[in-house]
Amino acid sequence: MQKRRVVFNYPPHVVEQPVISKLVKDFDLTVNILRAHITPKEEGRLVLEITGKRQALEAGLHYIKELGVEVQPLAQDVKWYEDRCTHCTACVSICPPKALEVNRMTMEVSFKKERCIACGLCISACPYRAMEILF
Amino acid sequence: MAKTIEEINEKIKKGKVVVFTAEEIIDFGKQKGVKKAAQEVDVVTTGTFGPMCSSGAYFNLGHTKPRIKLGGGKVYLNDVPAYPGLAAVDFFLGATAIPEDDPRNKIYPGRFSYGGGHVIEELVSGRDVRLVAMAYGTDCYPRKSLETYISLKDLNEAVLFNIRNAYQNYNVAVNLSDRVLYTYMGMLQPRLGNANYCSAGQLSPLLNDPYYKTIGIGTRIFLGGGIGYVVGSGTQHNPNVERTERGVPKMGAGTLSVKGDLKMMSSKWLRGTSFIGYGPTLTIGIGIPIPILDEEILEYTMVRDEDIWAPVIDYSESYPQMISEPLGWVNYKELKSGKILVQGKEVPTSGLSSYFKAREIAQILKEWIQMGKFFLTKPVELLPSVDSGIIFKPFKERPIKKR
Repeated sequence: MQKRRVVFNYPPHVVEQPVISKLVKDFDLTVNILRAHITPKEEGRLVLEITGKRQALEAGLHYIKELGVEVQPLAQDVKWYEDRCTHCTACVSICPPKALEVNRMTMEVSFKKERCIACGLCISACPYRAMEILF
Repeated sequence: MAKTIEEINEKIKKGKVVVFTAEEIIDFGKQKGVKKAAQEVDVVTTGTFGPMCSSGAYFNLGHTKPRIKLGGGKVYLNDVPAYPGLAAVDFFLGATAIPEDDPRNKIYPGRFSYGGGHVIEELVSGRDVRLVAMAYGTDCYPRKSLETYISLKDLNEAVLFNIRNAYQNYNVAVNLSDRVLYTYMGMLQPRLGNANYCSAGQLSPLLNDPYYKTIGIGTRIFLGGGIGYVVGSGTQHNPNVERTERGVPKMGAGTLSVKGDLKMMSSKWLRGTSFIGYGPTLTIGIGIPIPILDEEILEYTMVRDEDIWAPVIDYSESYPQMISEPLGWVNYKELKSGKILVQGKEVPTSGLSSYFKAREIAQILKEWIQMGKFFLTKPVELLPSVDSGIIFKPFKERPIKKR
């Protein structure tokens, strides 16, 4: 079994198609939608965690790409601007998956991208605009 | 044997000064013993880097041709209103000022992404800022409007002037209600979802000199990456609060008013800051050297996070309604561990004051002193302490009767 966090970018013509249910029914994948958004230009953005057998996962993602949906790993979409971060730790207690973490010895904050679920709580909690989600 | 500031400065000049940070002195003092450590150590450096709303800066523009009198008119810097109720080309910009067209909390919670603190950061980083001014015009100052770019180097004076900073200890904020709160202590999650604190603890300046035996009017300090001075006690300076046996205040107590030349400062240590649902402010780096004049002063600087206690306050009811009944007391060692116990529940903690940066400031100040770049000053007068009789009063309202 494999687990992947990905972002789907839908062009307008795919937005109204039942894509996710296909992934579940035809490819036997478990899909956890973390975030969904349709822009005013009717492009869709979906943040998902997909779990399934490696082959099924590859086939499912291939099917999605064939439809014209752009697929990218989630980590690229959440940014921690280290130069803006003051290591105040305001973000660490509200980050559900502990992607924003503090080394208790040095009191230095770091961002573990692979844990991030793009919930966006850190965006509001950071007083220095050191966190950004690109959607 | 007691030392004097003059003797310490002589050692700085000769490159023989012994300096420790307020963190390093804890173990050193314990190993050596107070008596020996007090003889060997000359200076202990402190640091803090946190949001400080009672901050601001004043400026002198230089006279325009023809002349304009901003006093009694209006001044905006990148749309943020400054206070011009002074002479012709002087004005003051407060850290929490916001553009008039900012929606504030009308769309709740407001973002407050740009305010006075951000203008100060931009100026210090050398960027151009838009100044728009309106005046009423007089015979001697006929001009009525001005729209221009300004930058720090063009101004005659640009001075950071904070009326209250470096709070000696502070509340730990929690939320007992069922909804998210947006406060100056950050976002507080419902039902004790998190606890936010704001002090550098064992590195914090006034917690290392709890009775203000060395810090006073004229003390030279690290301010925003440059050199500044303590002007005096800050507003709300309140030495007469409950203290531990070692004299450490158990809640917000002393404060400092500080000033310094903005042109010497760096945007690394002056940061525009936005609290969602609350407003903009300025985060400032302050470092204060403590001369080890005798054993008593050394012992104060050996204060540890576990010796410093802070009250846990509910910001859904107690704080806004002025009911100052704490839910309990926690120390900074617990706060920095990442979780505390409140009403039997484990609550995750976050800081608003950066301990990481506070340590860096104490280290920089230590190096400045060791390199002979920074000399200590003897205060003209010490800050009012526990014998001052200061009473911190809540406001007494006297409603105006309508006729």
